[in-house]
Amino acid sequence: MAIVGIGQTAFGKGLPDSELSLACQAISLALDDAGVAPEEVDGLASFTMEPNREVDVARNVGLGDITFFSQVGYGGGAGCGVVLQAAMAIATGQCRVAVAWRARKRASKASRPWAQVPQRLADHWQWSRPFGLLRPVDEVAMLTRRYMHEFGATRDHLANVALAFRKHANRNPNATMHDKAMTRDEYMAARWISEPLCLFDNCLETDGALAVVLVAAERAVDLPQKPVLVHAGAQGLPRQHQTMINYFNDDPLLGPSWAAAKQLWRDADFTPEDVKVAQIYDAFSPLVPLSLEGYGFCERGEGAAFTEDGALEWPDGRLPTNTAGGGMSEAYVHGFNLVLEGVRQMRGTSTSQVEGADICIVTSGEGVPTSALLLRS
Amino acid sequence: MESGMLLPDLDGEDGAEFWAGAARGELLVQACGHCGAWRFPPRPMCPVCRSLEIRWEQASGRATVWSYVVAHPPLLPAYAALAPYNVIVVALDEDPNIRMIGNLLAAPDGALNGLDPASIRIGEPVRVVFQTVDDVTLPRWVRA
Repeated sequence: MAIVGIGQTAFGKGLPDSELSLACQAISLALDDAGVAPEEVDGLASFTMEPNREVDVARNVGLGDITFFSQVGYGGGAGCGVVLQAAMAIATGQCRVAVAWRARKRASKASRPWAQVPQRLADHWQWSRPFGLLRPVDEVAMLTRRYMHEFGATRDHLANVALAFRKHANRNPNATMHDKAMTRDEYMAARWISEPLCLFDNCLETDGALAVVLVAAERAVDLPQKPVLVHAGAQGLPRQHQTMINYFNDDPLLGPSWAAAKQLWRDADFTPEDVKVAQIYDAFSPLVPLSLEGYGFCERGEGAAFTEDGALEWPDGRLPTNTAGGGMSEAYVHGFNLVLEGVRQMRGTSTSQVEGADICIVTSGEGVPTSALLLRS
Repeated sequence: MESGMLLPDLDGEDGAEFWAGAARGELLVQACGHCGAWRFPPRPMCPVCRSLEIRWEQASGRATVWSYVVAHPPLLPAYAALAPYNVIVVALDEDPNIRMIGNLLAAPDGALNGLDPASIRIGEPVRVVFQTVDDVTLPRWVRA
């Protein structure tokens, strides 16, 4: 299967357009990019947290008869899985032209479920929220402190992540943080949100929408864009996993990345050593070293050290990562922007293009049931 | 709620026994009625043997700190008023893979923000205490 079109709206806060309008704009741009007419689209895939229904998107954009529609759960873990669902639907003949998308406004209540919890908790939140562990950042900070304790990771390692992605955003005119440089001193002086995580360990909150168009590889050669092949894809929900308050199994630092990685690499024609550029889900900076370990770019416990010596930075790092700025400095649209940057790298059109890169890994959220893709040119 | 805190449903399907135990000053852990394996959080089926039989066993309340955070605003108002405060995860002495979330206090009647968070150490021994918030009794922890 191949990704043959990408489209995205502007990123911002308080955009006047509705989430439905944003979704339709992104899909429309992706179809134009692909050179595919709306009525050819017969497959749709998105997130369970996507606010826009398939019927509304299809009626607005003028899509044809839809014979496949599917959603993937678990918020930031879903993005690559959404693309994978679309690719599988084409592979099994359930549709021929599939669109995968995500639209989001930060002010939307559906975007921030933790800000609207009922005061009486009967689900699993009753074991964490009464004690003041309220937000995703608190839940990830708990694992981060343990990770620092077990493996010697430091705030300097987390700063390596934040600073690399900011540098890439500074080169990307579409990035929210394009005009804002950041120094290590500024990172270290930032206010705490949930120790050991500070403001700059957190992703942005963004209004925006993004979409991709997929067709079979044989069809892709007739279309205007250089096709980007979905070489492999995987989802991962590990044994005894309990989303972000994953403190209850034998080894909480072996997250969903590890489960997805086994499936991802099993059928791939190459290994992590062959991957020269990466888009790693970064709602919080510590998810990057944890994901690098899970997907086999280093040994367990070495993810923090992997970030040293500019390893994540374009152009000379050993694995330039989040080359458009990622969730921390480009836009946070539940990680779907990472898929589009992966496509740009394989097309050769990134603002921080990695020379000679013909394989890109894209990952979705570590810490929740997750997914990943290997893209190749 | 008077306190503005997020509190459990005392009649919830999985948690009612736990919270009733806490109200009696007992730290209860769900055990499989068939194979005896402990599990937390409570849930209907034993993942070891798939039994639906459940019994509740009282833990010693001795544990060690497995990890901790110090929360700062933005937070819900009732929590923001106490920030910065710590949240800890403890590992029970009887089975270190049974972990619970709570807070480390300077004294059994201490405030959520009464302990210097810089003094918290992973691995330090703690023991359970119980504090009442509105109509709920929450297990929290002090140094053993």
